[in-house]
Amino acid sequence: MIAEFGHFTLILTLLVAGAQGALTLPGAANGNAAWIAFARPAARIQFALVSLAFLSLTWAFITKDFSVAYVAENSNSRLPLFYRIAAVWGGHEGSLLLWVLMQTGWACAVSMLSRQLPEPMVARVLGVLGLVNAGFLLFVLLTSNPFERLTPAPLEGLDLNPLLQDIGLIFHPPLLYMGYVGFSVVFAFAVAALLAGRLDAAWARWSRPWATAAWLFLTLGIAVGSWWAYYELGWGGWWFWDPVENSSFIPWLVGTALIHSLAVTEKRNSFKSWTVLLAISTFSLSLLGAFLVRSGVLTSVHAFATDPRRGVFLLLLFAVVVGASLLLYAVRAPKVGLGGRFDFISRESLLLVNNVLMAVAAGSVLLGTLYPLFIDALGLGKISVGPPYFNAIFVPLMVPALLLMAVGPIANWKSAKLPAMLKRLYIPAFLAVAFGIGVPLALGRWSLLVALGVSLATWIGVAVVIGIYERMKATRSGLFSQPLSWLGMHVAHLGIAVFVVGVTLVMGYETEEDVSMAPGQTVQVGGYDLKFIGVRKVPGPNYVADMGDFEMFRDGASMGLLHPEKRTYASSAMPMTEAAIDANGLRHVYVALGEPLGDGAWSVRVYYKPFVDWIWGGCLLMALGGLLAISDRRYRLKRKARDASVALKGATS
Amino acid sequence: MKYWWFAILSLLIAMPASATTVDPEKRMFNIAQELRCLVCQNESIAASRAELAVDLRQQIRELIQAGRTDDEIRTYMVERYGDFVLYRPPMNATTVLLWFGPMLLFLLGLTILIMALRRRKARLVNTPLSAEDRKRAHALLAQTADSEKF
Amino acid sequence: MNRLLWPFAGFIVLVAFLAVGLTLKPSELPSPLIDKPAPNFSLPQLKSPENVFTSESMKGQVWLLNVWASWCAACLDEHPVISELANSGVVPIIGLNYKDVRSEAIAWLGRYGDSYTLSVSDTRGRVGIDFGVYGVPETFVIDKQGMIRHKHIGPVTQSAVRDTLLPLIRELQQ
Repeated sequence: MIAEFGHFTLILTLLVAGAQGALTLPGAANGNAAWIAFARPAARIQFALVSLAFLSLTWAFITKDFSVAYVAENSNSRLPLFYRIAAVWGGHEGSLLLWVLMQTGWACAVSMLSRQLPEPMVARVLGVLGLVNAGFLLFVLLTSNPFERLTPAPLEGLDLNPLLQDIGLIFHPPLLYMGYVGFSVVFAFAVAALLAGRLDAAWARWSRPWATAAWLFLTLGIAVGSWWAYYELGWGGWWFWDPVENSSFIPWLVGTALIHSLAVTEKRNSFKSWTVLLAISTFSLSLLGAFLVRSGVLTSVHAFATDPRRGVFLLLLFAVVVGASLLLYAVRAPKVGLGGRFDFISRESLLLVNNVLMAVAAGSVLLGTLYPLFIDALGLGKISVGPPYFNAIFVPLMVPALLLMAVGPIANWKSAKLPAMLKRLYIPAFLAVAFGIGVPLALGRWSLLVALGVSLATWIGVAVVIGIYERMKATRSGLFSQPLSWLGMHVAHLGIAVFVVGVTLVMGYETEEDVSMAPGQTVQVGGYDLKFIGVRKVPGPNYVADMGDFEMFRDGASMGLLHPEKRTYASSAMPMTEAAIDANGLRHVYVALGEPLGDGAWSVRVYYKPFVDWIWGGCLLMALGGLLAISDRRYRLKRKARDASVALKGATS
Repeated sequence: MKYWWFAILSLLIAMPASATTVDPEKRMFNIAQELRCLVCQNESIAASRAELAVDLRQQIRELIQAGRTDDEIRTYMVERYGDFVLYRPPMNATTVLLWFGPMLLFLLGLTILIMALRRRKARLVNTPLSAEDRKRAHALLAQTADSEKF
Repeated sequence: MNRLLWPFAGFIVLVAFLAVGLTLKPSELPSPLIDKPAPNFSLPQLKSPENVFTSESMKGQVWLLNVWASWCAACLDEHPVISELANSGVVPIIGLNYKDVRSEAIAWLGRYGDSYTLSVSDTRGRVGIDFGVYGVPETFVIDKQGMIRHKHIGPVTQSAVRDTLLPLIRELQQ
């Protein structure tokens, strides 16, 4: 009954979404107040309905209702409760329902947090979001219904894929989808502006926090995914340039260009048509990512089970949404106007170069990801493009972007004086070279790549610190009385510097030992001794584990025990590795069990990973920067800002 | 341009390494890192624990002991498994666009940028403010909060 | 053309490729050994290991090499089809018992039937590597001169036999 109810609410939502799109867009064009007024309530109703559908599916999981096919495929009576709930989005159908929930959630948020926007604008934005939502609902209802019944109902479910029975599943997809779907808001803003034939600084001001919010969620989603893969897969990698990973990274790169471009459009009313194109592109790339991951077109360890019908539908959805927006762009963008002028060297031009670099990086990753498909489609054979390619092309593209990161914030808008900028860059440059040469030597082994990475990170970090210090001195006020969006920029840039340090030092100085150990033997890694005590059997709720006991020593002093596991789940033949990690912020000591070799001996992998936490720490800082930026006072001023923004609009358009 | 830059960088990185004789196990690992595990999705033969990967690593060890060069070993694998087994795509007529694509995209991006900036400069006319507008601008600037200036 | 239409144009090209991509099978790798000489090998026979079988001995006939193992579920799926083809006498089928335990392989044949002309033991999988085997089952069609003419990846189905293998075999036997 609950499942049928859930199914029914989805159908209702589709009807509401369709009505919303059909009424609000023409309504805004004709100035029909009644139709325009339908937008906000329609968005909230959709969210309420989809929430009910989502709760119905969750209920089916909680109550172990195996008569629902999706529950039977992804759950098991012995699966612990929190995994049963997370299993709602563990498979294709459920994760799509999560996507739709987020889609309606963001639209609902827009309907509630946009009092200062003119009604026709809000109507258009919500109308576009409604249409996108309708597209996904059709996809779910026609090809991926999570509420399909299984008759006769099996007594026991197949169980959630053991790889997914982990805390990572609880956070990664929701955060990631919040990002992917969040970009549909700024997409809708862009399309709405094109439909209205008008784009100005006020539009940028309204869309910017939505874009930044989506960006920060996507950053967190990717970071959690990377961290999860690191400890779950058991061999210490944190990024594999896998097609599914790339599908999330490409929108992130373009989204980064977008938030920078929006800054310019908001401040200087420039870059308008570029910003609109970026806004359309970011969500389009989210859609492309969804297609690539679920259609079977690319092989990946992450890919969902594929069905050609789904691939075709998703491609159609992608083609219609993106094609229509790009056509609209071609027709209407010339009308949006040019905005202020700026010099060859100015903050605007530097940000433009940044946009180009981010877009080229995104394009290159996309090229590498799709190249095997292109070659196969042209009948030229099968090739594979792996990490060696991506590492080779990505790093050189990022170096100029990282260099610019210290220069941009000190460049004046409209016209920047090169000598003045250079003067402010002497200290960062000097310290960058000093640390670049010094750090590798201090850590024991010179490496040009490490020197490069450390220099760039120091360059950025020092520039951030100096920038904050100088401003605090100039305004004679404390850290937190500075505008939050300005602070957010610096925190996010600092996050990138921290990230670069993490990546550089891990890749430069990590060590690994892959040995067979008998109980009592010790292996050395990174200055630590790991003594293998033994392996014992430990039962879990739905698995049996071989739990290893290792004691960690440093200079003879014991630092505690580590317990890596090898789990055999009742539902799957493949054993799962659960690594044991000792972390102290500056390094990881990572132990993973291999295979039993007989007589109590086991093959064991141990890793020493210096500064690896800085990779995800840097991402957290980036997200924090985004959070600070959207908390800026100017987005929270209501009545006052509305009058000011209206007046401002008059002055700058 | 990009590839050239990377080539020099690679040489600089490789230099310290080639100063010492390379341990055969390290050699096996380096070769295996550039080969794809065919039964896994997106793992190298060096990293994978799949049986085929274990077998192939052993095969590489035997080939190294038999005195084959790195290139000969890679060719051996490609003869049996095709170009797909190369984790790093080869440089040939089919992959030229792949390897030079990023650089071409970069040049294209810069070209579009410069062209667009030139075009925009030609179209923008800088008109001075009238006295009335100037007064209005002053009044608005007085109103707006500090954060807006940045 | 309106220069703002370039993004749209690029997008159309992308969609076209993706549409074609939906018809492809990215996880099936074509063999680079097609139309090349089959690697020569000598392996002990499964059921009588003191006798060695050499692939050279098959020159002059068209034959199939079927890679199988007792631990492989899909091999069990295709076994009736392979057996039927072997029993029809159209073409001899040599089994390559891949990375298996001899006793278990023999037991498997005992339980499910052995219509192979004979099977050989590739315990370490070296011959498999020479043939570019990356999964089980795989089946190779080899002609009278010892050249590989076709590789079938995965279990052989009735339709594959009817539509691809038999016509090819007949053609090679002329």
